Amino acid sequence: MIDPFLLKAAVAGLLVAWVAAPLGCLVVWRRMAYFGDATGHAALLGVALALSFSMPPIVGVVVVASAMALTITFATRGGFAADTMLGVFSHAALAIGLVVAAVLPGVRLNLINTLLGDILTVSTSEIIWIATGGGAILAVIASAWRGLLNATLSPELMAAEGGSLLRDKLVFTLSLALFVALAMKLVGILLITAMLILPAAAAAPLARTPERMVAITALIGSLSVLGGLWMSWEADTPAGPSIIVVATLIFVFTALGSKK
Amino acid sequence: MPKTPLIAAKGLTVKRGKRVLLDSVDFEILPGEALTLIGPNGAGKTTLIRALIGMVPFSGSLIRRKGLRLGYTPQKLPLEQLIPMPVDRFIALSGERNRARRREMLSRCGAESLQDTQMAALSGGETQRVLLARALMRAPDLLILDEPTQGLDSPGEARFYQLLSDIRAETGVAVFMVSHDLHMVMAQSDRVICLNQHICCSGTPGVVAEDPNYLQLFGPRAGIAPYQHHHHEHCDHD
Repeated sequence: MIDPFLLKAAVAGLLVAWVAAPLGCLVVWRRMAYFGDATGHAALLGVALALSFSMPPIVGVVVVASAMALTITFATRGGFAADTMLGVFSHAALAIGLVVAAVLPGVRLNLINTLLGDILTVSTSEIIWIATGGGAILAVIASAWRGLLNATLSPELMAAEGGSLLRDKLVFTLSLALFVALAMKLVGILLITAMLILPAAAAAPLARTPERMVAITALIGSLSVLGGLWMSWEADTPAGPSIIVVATLIFVFTALGSKK
Repeated sequence: MPKTPLIAAKGLTVKRGKRVLLDSVDFEILPGEALTLIGPNGAGKTTLIRALIGMVPFSGSLIRRKGLRLGYTPQKLPLEQLIPMPVDRFIALSGERNRARRREMLSRCGAESLQDTQMAALSGGETQRVLLARALMRAPDLLILDEPTQGLDSPGEARFYQLLSDIRAETGVAVFMVSHDLHMVMAQSDRVICLNQHICCSGTPGVVAEDPNYLQLFGPRAGIAPYQHHHHEHCDHD
């Protein structure tokens, strides 16, 4: 009854949703949505450069997104830049990526799929890559969890207690860059930040501890993936944006529910 | 034999671009003492604290006693915390796994009833009590408090200083505090440092604190007042 390609899409989507949960919560808590955008937009340049050097796109994405995330983190004092600076980085990365993709010789880039995702064509080897990379991200975040929470609450307090802010920044930025590479196939680079922040924002009114918020975020992310794929299947809508539409509906639902 | 200082700073200098925020500051914090840092706005008080906790690069030397345990309370947590965080969990993030010990410390700081409250829902005074409980959880040799009574009303302020004084009596912890409140500086400090980029003056407030004319003359918020102190170098406050 279920097509194998739909099943593969569901497995890949669920994996991405689970990895997105702790990262998305951190992005929301730290008010770093723009930072996620900039890192995501850098991926386009990464894809274009990788193709022009005949390398796997994923390598280009990891390298360029990491470079972008590290540049923003260390070029701005304290790690939380003014949103103008982030806007500059974010949109410059997108524009440069589009230009480079258009002019580099030998680059045949499916722009729509890169921007909006292409989950229905996910292959088994890509699923294995998502599972491996995602597992690595989750393991690193879990091992650094207390430090990540402390740095979110107060970098000063963390420094005074002897924690390493450098380690926190590296864990956060590199995890985010790797996540961009994983999630690109699912929702495309334009909607990667949405995949991070919408389920987390929807979970926020329902949670009283950070860990519970991560768990609820994972659940809402999973529902969004399954709902979006179903919508895409039934109504022939693009899968990536459909997932985000479902997440948005859940967000509206929990936001209104918490107002009462 | 003199006691080994908990922290000894010599020639501590912090620059931001071409601006000198701290200019060759020398001071020591001794075990068990209550040292208060005062100075006008922009004098570099917060910069000095940030240098002590390792948040800003500096030149000069800053030596911590070996194995020094530091407790720190920030002025406030960043406004409008979005992270769901009950008070007890916040205390646990200091690394203390024993729930009974956490509860005991919260109750010591007069915050027992708050343990299930969200951090974001605390008032200014409640936040300071919780921050203090967390700092004390680490059994510190030195507490660094950055304007702990900012935003508190007078009774709240008095209660906070009473709590601090009780805790000092019990544990012998040294306190290094930034304060604007000269009344409290007089009553609670062993020594006062007056900072205005460089150290203008330092000394004991004890003799002065007992003089009612002094308090009448300067009032609680008169700015920098001439304590019983010795002057170093030049002093360009007015």
